[in-house]
Amino acid sequence: MLGKTAGGLYWMFRFLERSENTARLLEAGFRMALTRSSDAESEWKSVVTTSGAGAGYAQKYDSYSDTLVMDWLLRDPDNPSSVISVTSSARDNARLVRTALTTEVWEAVNDNWMTLRDLLKEPITTVDLPGVLATVRQQSALVRGALYGTMLRNDIYDFARIGTFIERADNTARIIDVKYYTLLPSALAVGSSLDNVQWEMILRSVSAHRCFRWLDETDMTATAIADFLIFDKRLPRSLAFCVKQTTENLRYLEQEYQERHPCHDLADRLKRWVASTDIDMVFDLGLHEVITEFIRDNNALSAQIEQDFRFMA
Amino acid sequence: MIRPDGSVTTPYKHYQTWFNAQDPARLHSKSQEAEAFFRRTGITFNVYGEADAQERLIPFDLVPRILSHREWSRLSKGIEQRVRAINAFIWDIYNRQEILRAGRIPKELIAHNDAFLPQMMRFTPPGNVYTHIVGTDIVRTGDGDFFVLEDNARTPSGVSYMLENRETMLQMFPELFARIRVQPVSDYPKNLRRSLAACAPQACEGKPRVAVLTPGIHNSAYFEHSFLADQMGAELVEGHDLRVVDGRIAMRTTQGYRVVDVLYRRIDDDFLDPLNFNPDSLLGVPGIMDVYRAGGITIANAPGAGIADDKAIYSYMPDIVEFYTGEKAILKNVETHRCAEPEALKYVLDNLAELVVKEVHGSGGYGMLVGPAASKKELAAFRDKLQANPGNYIAQPTLSLSTVPIFVDQGLAPRHVDLRPFVLVSPQGVNITPGGLTRVALTEGSLVVNSSQGGGTKDTWVLED
Repeated sequence: MLGKTAGGLYWMFRFLERSENTARLLEAGFRMALTRSSDAESEWKSVVTTSGAGAGYAQKYDSYSDTLVMDWLLRDPDNPSSVISVTSSARDNARLVRTALTTEVWEAVNDNWMTLRDLLKEPITTVDLPGVLATVRQQSALVRGALYGTMLRNDIYDFARIGTFIERADNTARIIDVKYYTLLPSALAVGSSLDNVQWEMILRSVSAHRCFRWLDETDMTATAIADFLIFDKRLPRSLAFCVKQTTENLRYLEQEYQERHPCHDLADRLKRWVASTDIDMVFDLGLHEVITEFIRDNNALSAQIEQDFRFMA
Repeated sequence: MIRPDGSVTTPYKHYQTWFNAQDPARLHSKSQEAEAFFRRTGITFNVYGEADAQERLIPFDLVPRILSHREWSRLSKGIEQRVRAINAFIWDIYNRQEILRAGRIPKELIAHNDAFLPQMMRFTPPGNVYTHIVGTDIVRTGDGDFFVLEDNARTPSGVSYMLENRETMLQMFPELFARIRVQPVSDYPKNLRRSLAACAPQACEGKPRVAVLTPGIHNSAYFEHSFLADQMGAELVEGHDLRVVDGRIAMRTTQGYRVVDVLYRRIDDDFLDPLNFNPDSLLGVPGIMDVYRAGGITIANAPGAGIADDKAIYSYMPDIVEFYTGEKAILKNVETHRCAEPEALKYVLDNLAELVVKEVHGSGGYGMLVGPAASKKELAAFRDKLQANPGNYIAQPTLSLSTVPIFVDQGLAPRHVDLRPFVLVSPQGVNITPGGLTRVALTEGSLVVNSSQGGGTKDTWVLED
């Protein structure tokens, strides 16, 4: 496979994953703002920060409100991570790698772009928001379904999956990082209604608010939630799950190409870290420090993959 | 399809019966279905120079253009003869130049021609093939005669539309194909691959590796490039994916550099190699011409092949066919006035309002004048351009072109068309896919069929015997 094609697949699926993550984040923020009108501004600000596009936003706007944030995250072409930007980038990459995709996957991506382009033509009102977000989620489910259902399990699939899970790990880590202070087991606010709302928001932004209740018989505590998001291998958006998937797909590539690269070592190191660490150790070291380091390692892994598989000349 | 006396021409007989039995409302909804299908599949093109770079659809007409087996066999014989002559001509120009020495073509026409590449002198490409892919533009006059309008010997495009148009028709009207026996076109990608592989260079070891070279996703024909690569099972590469490695051309893969044997390039000669041609080109591969001349790669079509499809050379095609095949040309040429010649120029200036004037190196319908359709102002402006640089122009009479029916709100209506059959050339022979791309001028009375100027396309049927 061409290095460029591998890169196109990797980025196509990073962008697709990002569009879904942005939609989910917006949904959680919207709900939060509805529940606690008093401090809506700071909640919207944390949504923008979590999305990773805070600097661009601050350049353009002075305040944080539902209308502005919704527009920035959904339809602003100045925001490279807005839903419309990433949807269009995903499609550009799909065109680039068209020969590596089944007709079903290509048509799903193309349809995704056409649908969202029409849907996001005009500014979105809060009344329309739930419907728009549902469409974004539904569209990316269609792409994923086409990928699972029709693609050969070969290197093409591996690069698609690696892009998905590198992006997802980054996203979950950033959610934890922005909200880390609400996850600290502080004596003061334990069990306060403030914490409950914050925790609900975090769980919602990884679509895990219901799973958490299914899985955990104990009460909602900061430690339990942090443990769940970082270490639970059953949760498809936990750091542990993403690391496991990335490592696995990298291992398939190692077998198929009969070649081991530095990125394999980096991924294995992350995997060992997950296996040898527990939530108490994380709090001992400092949640913020641990997550910051994870984000850095995950980015380094991404850069190494790009280099090892020759995405660019 | 319908003669002046109201009778139906033979090839259309069965189709007409079917059409008359259709509910027009159903056909209208089918027409919209086709458009949705093209959008979903991404069969779109970008128009150069449009600010918003919107992707556009080429309008598709659901009435097929139908040719009988007999019409086609005469046409394809004529095309094969012409294409063989073109290849012999190009070899001759870059080697012995016998046709120039025989005085059948003026030397200046070659020497002062931008398409002529000195880098190709005294070199024979692998398999002695210059034009691996040709798209010959054919028009038909009212009395049924075929004329060649242009020999596209560089990088003719449109074949993906030929294939997708048929695919669309098969999906929309399967019952038609059960009723009428139409020769298939779907073998084209397989034949293209086979034909290109048969031209592998000397240095090739084992199964030839074929790649399609595209300028990238923003090129107007990108859909076609990716479509053909996909259908052939070839890699789709850009210039920055390729480099010279150990005297061969290699592409950067996830596992290191891998040799390419045959490159089906969809970029112009000028951009092919910044070391040998345009030094500013970012689309090509530095040094590829040197590898080519050393037998390390096949480039399809060969650089410099454009010397044969120049509009000034065109006027000599009947002589060229005769010179190299010893036969009279089967297909007619449109009478052409070379404005470089003073007498011709005078004639053209005197009769401008009746003529079509084209730039010698132009394509895509840009920069041409259709006399009968032009305003007084346009005629005057063109007159100045002609006088300033007569050698840049040729002129042709407007033919009384035949029409074929298209589907409009009121039912069927006649429109002018041309036809571009696609021809593959390899040492194993000449292969012409039955049919080709029919382009249609959607505006009543218009003669301009180019998609960049609002033309449409339709499926083209060659009936089984």
